[in-house]
Amino acid sequence: MSNASKNGNGNGKYKVIGTRPIRHDGVDKVTGRAAYGIDTHLGGMLYGQILRSPHPYARIRGIDTSKAKALKGVRAVITAADLPPSEADEVLNLVEGSFRLKDLRSNILADEKVFYQGHSVAAVAATNLHIAEEALQLIEVDYEILPHVDDVVAAMRDDAPLLHEDLTTKEFGEDTGKNSNIASHIQFKLGDLEKGFAESDIIVEEEFETASVHQGYIESHNATAEWKTDGQLTVWTSTQGAFGVQKQTAAILGLPVSKVRVVPMEIGGGFGGKIPVYLAPQAAILSKKCGHPVKIVMTRADVFRSTGPTPSSYVKVKLGADNSGKLLAAQATIAFAAGAFPGSPVGAGAVCVLSCYAIPNGLVDGYDVVLNRPRSAAYRAPGSTQVNLAVETLMDEIAVKLGMDPIELRLLNAAEEGTRRVDGAVYPVVGCRETLEQTKVHEHYLAPLSGPHQGRGVATGFWMNAGLKSTVTANVNEDGTVNLMEGSTDIGGSRASIAMQFAEVLGLPAEAVNPMVGDTASVGYTELTGGSRVTFATGWAAYEAAQEVKKILIGKAALYWETTEDEVRFEEGDFVHSTDPEKRLTFKELAGHLVDLGGPVVGTGAVDPNSGVGGSFTTCIADVEVDPETGKIKILRFTMIQDAGTAIHPSYVEGQMQGGSVQGIGWALNEEYFYNEGRMQNASFLDYRIPTCLDVPMIETVIVEVPHPDHPFGVRGVGEASIAPPPAAIANAIYDAVGIRLHELPMRPDRVLAACLAKEEAEAATANG
Amino acid sequence: MQNFEYLAPETLSEAVNLLAGNEGQTRVLAGGTDLIVQLRQGALSADHVLDVKHLPECNELGYAPSEGLTIGAAVPCHRIYNDGAIADAYPGLIDAAAIIGGIQVQGRATFGGNLCNASPSADSIPILIAYGAECVIAGPQGNRRVAVEDFCTAPGKNILEKGELLVALHLPSVQKSSGAHYLRFIPRYEMDIAVVGAGASVQLDEGGKMFVQARIGLAAVAPTPLFAREAGQLLSGKEVSEESIETAALAAQSIARPISDMRAPADYRKHLVKVLTRRALLGAIRRARGEFVPNAVQENGQ
Repeated sequence: MSNASKNGNGNGKYKVIGTRPIRHDGVDKVTGRAAYGIDTHLGGMLYGQILRSPHPYARIRGIDTSKAKALKGVRAVITAADLPPSEADEVLNLVEGSFRLKDLRSNILADEKVFYQGHSVAAVAATNLHIAEEALQLIEVDYEILPHVDDVVAAMRDDAPLLHEDLTTKEFGEDTGKNSNIASHIQFKLGDLEKGFAESDIIVEEEFETASVHQGYIESHNATAEWKTDGQLTVWTSTQGAFGVQKQTAAILGLPVSKVRVVPMEIGGGFGGKIPVYLAPQAAILSKKCGHPVKIVMTRADVFRSTGPTPSSYVKVKLGADNSGKLLAAQATIAFAAGAFPGSPVGAGAVCVLSCYAIPNGLVDGYDVVLNRPRSAAYRAPGSTQVNLAVETLMDEIAVKLGMDPIELRLLNAAEEGTRRVDGAVYPVVGCRETLEQTKVHEHYLAPLSGPHQGRGVATGFWMNAGLKSTVTANVNEDGTVNLMEGSTDIGGSRASIAMQFAEVLGLPAEAVNPMVGDTASVGYTELTGGSRVTFATGWAAYEAAQEVKKILIGKAALYWETTEDEVRFEEGDFVHSTDPEKRLTFKELAGHLVDLGGPVVGTGAVDPNSGVGGSFTTCIADVEVDPETGKIKILRFTMIQDAGTAIHPSYVEGQMQGGSVQGIGWALNEEYFYNEGRMQNASFLDYRIPTCLDVPMIETVIVEVPHPDHPFGVRGVGEASIAPPPAAIANAIYDAVGIRLHELPMRPDRVLAACLAKEEAEAATANG
Repeated sequence: MQNFEYLAPETLSEAVNLLAGNEGQTRVLAGGTDLIVQLRQGALSADHVLDVKHLPECNELGYAPSEGLTIGAAVPCHRIYNDGAIADAYPGLIDAAAIIGGIQVQGRATFGGNLCNASPSADSIPILIAYGAECVIAGPQGNRRVAVEDFCTAPGKNILEKGELLVALHLPSVQKSSGAHYLRFIPRYEMDIAVVGAGASVQLDEGGKMFVQARIGLAAVAPTPLFAREAGQLLSGKEVSEESIETAALAAQSIARPISDMRAPADYRKHLVKVLTRRALLGAIRRARGEFVPNAVQENGQ
């Protein structure tokens, strides 16, 4: 357990915040009673299956579904012809970006072309799964195979196969009219770059590449849809945002949002990958055609081939510093593989790349590139990990060249209040320096290494964190408890952290608040669970709802005591008569009297806070051991130090930090989409190697608390930043251990070995020469 | 998943008759950890699935120091590694049994099934080869015995003819001053398929200084598991030394003809053959000398 318990409990500021109550949804989850999307079973339900493209790129000349439709037990077969037609310029604006409706529809059911292996081509509903599966084999698709491109640098070339005839490059927001796979080119500029490099005593520059990786949630995608004869569609699904599914599904099907109700089921992991819809529209159309509910569940191979991954990347960074280590200039070129359709998080990558340091002169170019791979999706701090590898490796090179301690170098340049970022934003109070200072004195950082081929590396990372719309409704029960309806699906213990913020305001124990996640028809509009925003924004809504409940209850107490509201005070969780202090009611006592005090007590919080540009900073320490004969890496020890603002429930803050660390370690060492001829070869958890519990040590955590200046409790959000720095920290540790620099993820054993052997050869050549 | 007929014969002759007489494709089911997955993925098809878990001969696990070890084809890994006498006598076998899948898989998975599945990367096969194990096969023409190294013919293919069934594996008795070790390379620390596997068994002289004989088996470096016959023969009568071990490791490396795939590039696999053969031999030698050499599970502290 980290020192968060000290931070959280010891300062006496809060009663509930900083404690570690058992999560409200915990018992159901550990006993297997919680209902996930796949647990949906409705009367008369049929089973759907999706036919997916075996080719990375092909034109669909025709689809013959007649044999499939004739199979006994098949109730409906659909193709893109069953979707509404799209206008070329129709755009759907979502929190995660603006997308052409045409692209969203094509990703649901391909019309003219398939753009990747796994692209959905047709869907079948049948009385059981096996019949549906058999029917897929009876659908005849006439493909004209096209030459494909699945490497981000190759896709940017003028002679690359083009994916979309109507896609032209947008440069700095303006349409260039040039037909290309480069969907957009963005740029951030600060100061005078040439002058900065000219004044630098030391310049380091390298190119980096990272493989596409998957979010790796355990629960596969699923959707059950029922389209009733009154035209009302209901969707049960696992999602990070019920309202987002509602909006996407309605737009894709050409319906008003009011016709679509989305019921978010429990979710078995998301990490950004459960924001887009993949199955709800197909299930809905199938349901409409056959008049039954239809359920579709992906196989693991479908999940890999057709959903998710984070973009592969090419990143080139150049840093200039003076002899003291002070950074004077930085340049970054970032190309992200968006997959089949535009929309990679290259903008976020361009913000994050130089975000940890005060750099007076900077230039960042970002490219969003389409190619023949699945449409990429958000993954924990989208875009930050890819760019972090580059900058944090180069920071290590500077530290080595100057003979400086890597933490001292980072402290010298740390972003702080008033630092202007390359994108123009100016930081308010942030905790970058504080995480570094905690790292410098951490026992792990000071401990000696214990053997040969061992090394230690550090890296600092950042995620910007979001605010956005959230709603919470609180209903006071006569037994003194409160039902809390909120719109954020719970992927990381957020029910508890939202309930605790509500409880703090009213002096209630966390257990007296019963948080529930509502569907789109039963709770106010709430944006997705993502951007590390839920504890921040939905927690803020809970705070507002609690304030309203408090205000109403003061009125009720006044009524009870037959006095005026200004005679009633709320102190230490009790309602007190100001002039007659003998009169004192606990929350529970007052709740018990409500039945005679004129009606229900309901409080609402509906917020849309701007999170500012504070974000969350994090620094990690990695110790590794390299087997020089095989190139295999063992993580010996790993510590994550992160600014949480205020840790509401320290266990779940630590859980986020540990989860991000482990995903970062997986990204660093073994995870990758392995392609051959445009086809993914390792679409299973056997060969797509996420870390097992034997691959990581217990991740140690230190929660730093530099409160967010605007949030009522100082919450910053902690869900994402911790995934960014592990690859660089591990790369730096490998350098410390065996003297090699790897510039490509994953740092697979064969790559480590090849670099070790190349170094030996070079040293031998030098010795002989 | 396609419909199939499930058969569970209770005598060997009934099983052989069904296998010989059935029309269409009959697949043999032991633990099912490969078969069921392959049927679900559509990688294999089956009209009949014949379960050998009800055959007494397939459930035999018999060990006598003078006779050797008999492992029925339906005996799951956990029965092998939970038998103290077998674990003491054949530690190399336990190295393999303890790393095939995870605990749940080891509750079902069998050495017999692992062999019949004939995957080039099967963990059980190199150590069976190193131990000089034989396959006991029943068929319409009676029983026959075949050396394990001659059993697999291609990825997923073996020498069994229609009507034939692997009944058991037989390992010869353990000689004095002998030891064996299997290890594999995987990028993770558990739950993976071998990038390269190497199994070695050695018999030393009484002083533990000279090799009497040695056998080496390799996984994942050719279309079938390999018996590195020459590499082992090179050690007979040689002194136990870095040089002799290196010579054997190089000989093993020279017969490897791996492919590049998602699990590793070919040149890297080739490099690993040498490293792993050396490490397997060193482990086997230490065990022959009575030293404790942990298997992967013990090493990970599980």
